[in-house]
Amino acid sequence: MSEDHGAFGVKGTGDTSGFGGLVRTSHSADSTPRPYGGYFDEIADELERAYPQFSEDIERVVVDRGELTLHVKADRLSHVAQVLRDNPALRFEMCMGVNGAHYPNDKDRELHCVYPLLSLTFNRRIRLEVSVPDSHPHVPSLVEIWAGNNWHERETFDMFGVVFDGHPGLTRILMPDDWIGHPQRKDYPLGGIPVEYKGATVPPPSERRSYQ
Amino acid sequence: MTTQDPYASSRETTEGRVYSVTGNDWDSLVTEIGATKEERVVVNMGPQHPSTHGVLRLILELEGETVTEARAGIGYLHTGIEKNAEYRTWTQGVTFVTRMDYLAPIFNETAYCLGVEKLLGVTDQIPERASVIRVLMMEFTRISSHMVALGTGALELGALTPMLFAFREREKVLDIMEMVSGLRMNMAYVRPGGVSQDIPAGGITKIRETVKELRHNFKDNAKILIGNTIWMKRTVGVGYLDLPGCITLGITGPILRATGLPWDLRKSEPYCGYENYDFDVITNDGCDTYGRFMIKMQELEQSLRIIEQCCDKLDKLEGAPVVIEDKKIGSPADLKVGADGMGNSQEHIAHIMGQSMEALIHHFKISTEGFRVPAGQVYSTVESPRGETGVHLISDCGTHPYRVHFREPSFNNLQSLSAMCEGSMIADVVAAVASIDPVMGGVDR
Repeated sequence: MSEDHGAFGVKGTGDTSGFGGLVRTSHSADSTPRPYGGYFDEIADELERAYPQFSEDIERVVVDRGELTLHVKADRLSHVAQVLRDNPALRFEMCMGVNGAHYPNDKDRELHCVYPLLSLTFNRRIRLEVSVPDSHPHVPSLVEIWAGNNWHERETFDMFGVVFDGHPGLTRILMPDDWIGHPQRKDYPLGGIPVEYKGATVPPPSERRSYQ
Repeated sequence: MTTQDPYASSRETTEGRVYSVTGNDWDSLVTEIGATKEERVVVNMGPQHPSTHGVLRLILELEGETVTEARAGIGYLHTGIEKNAEYRTWTQGVTFVTRMDYLAPIFNETAYCLGVEKLLGVTDQIPERASVIRVLMMEFTRISSHMVALGTGALELGALTPMLFAFREREKVLDIMEMVSGLRMNMAYVRPGGVSQDIPAGGITKIRETVKELRHNFKDNAKILIGNTIWMKRTVGVGYLDLPGCITLGITGPILRATGLPWDLRKSEPYCGYENYDFDVITNDGCDTYGRFMIKMQELEQSLRIIEQCCDKLDKLEGAPVVIEDKKIGSPADLKVGADGMGNSQEHIAHIMGQSMEALIHHFKISTEGFRVPAGQVYSTVESPRGETGVHLISDCGTHPYRVHFREPSFNNLQSLSAMCEGSMIADVVAAVASIDPVMGGVDR
């Protein structure tokens, strides 16, 4: 874990007690062995039937805390998503957006994108996850499949710098258009931005005064 | 019109002539625009505009009064809550997330806390009284949020009286919030493990009285709008969005239910014990602004029904705990109101200061460092007044969240603006936005 700077003077883990000896483990889990339990086996069976390249393109199937995550190869994402939406036995009609996560120590898989899917027909939920390297952060856009992903993908681009290939207008959405950097990345500091108001500049909280 | 006038000026740009409008200059503006040959006008509505429901910027391309393209510009209220939460403990995160959708604070808190509890694996250890209080507070919040939606929605269409009536009722709900949590908004009341304090003595009686008053007044309020000719003409058939549109755009909440689909997470994926309450999911077949307003109006009564059932349950659970038994998780959440305001309970202070050195060490560590949450990720959802509030939490076994992401229904639903408005009159844009009911604090986070 890289050191966090600029968080109002907080350095390192933020453990002010000194007792914690905080060890941060990287987030990765192995594939869950079958049976997955509940309706997850049914979904996996149907997807295997409807999507013959299942074993190659779906890297891991993880069941954790009653939630199913399919780790999909980034370049195959839209094919898997299309089957999940259109297959009559799967019918994931809704995608509840996309969320990014930055794991700087997960080499060549630094950026993750997570898609929660919802089936209205069967009242089921699953999650798709893809990971791409920071050096080539390209993920296929799912706007063609779920139009509602438009703003969510723009937000993930804005916050993490993930480029969604095929998005109709991938621009920043929350930060100003000329902003430099992607704020939700772990190497981006909290604070540290001077505030300009009516011509005068107020320094960032981390630099205003020091109590040290 | 002179180019020197800073308040009503026009200037040439590469995109064409740009006019700045500030009000009271319509005559000169109309004269000037009328003199040009251009039929197509792009209007920038907002971000500071009384009828755009907050700091929302609408970019409308017009031909005459018809909207040919509508786009929303957002981000004016971006506060970096998700980033900030990564630098605070899991318990402190509640104080941040409550400020996202500021009209529905309890929903943000509950969605977040349900996620943290799922990560901790303690969902089944949450005391029943805490769950009932959460439901009670969520339903009161739904009422206060719907009151703003109905009141300001009517106000934006030119009806002032419903706004005054709606805010009068909202005030009563906020009084209840204040009585229970100490704050009227942004309460940080729901905490991982339970709720921060129990309902005060005599609180249930006051809640029952308020429910009676609200039920009576809601009937009066409904009479002002339903059947009113102007109101009907401004809302029926306006801002049309049907079921396929809603599904591909990921729309949930009243907009989805206004297409006739009874989709409500309280029924489809019950949380906090919603399966034990008797209430109806309100739908409407209009797919329009009127349908969405009708749903909100009728949901008020359903919320009152749930609140009454909560009161009955709370009577039975009198004296039961409202925080999880595990002190490591529960103690930052377990607060009491003392002579000098809300803080740790006197027994707790007496225990750590006078009886147990170990308890003092634990108190210090939990207050400063926080408790650890096992690594993993979860997605937890609640049915907020605007639809599905989804929280995606990632933990790396730390005392702080590794990532907190809110799938805000306002953010998602605002995308439907183009589908609802393009091809309609400019006046209908206001009605459509009011029916989407976006809260910019939630949209921009």
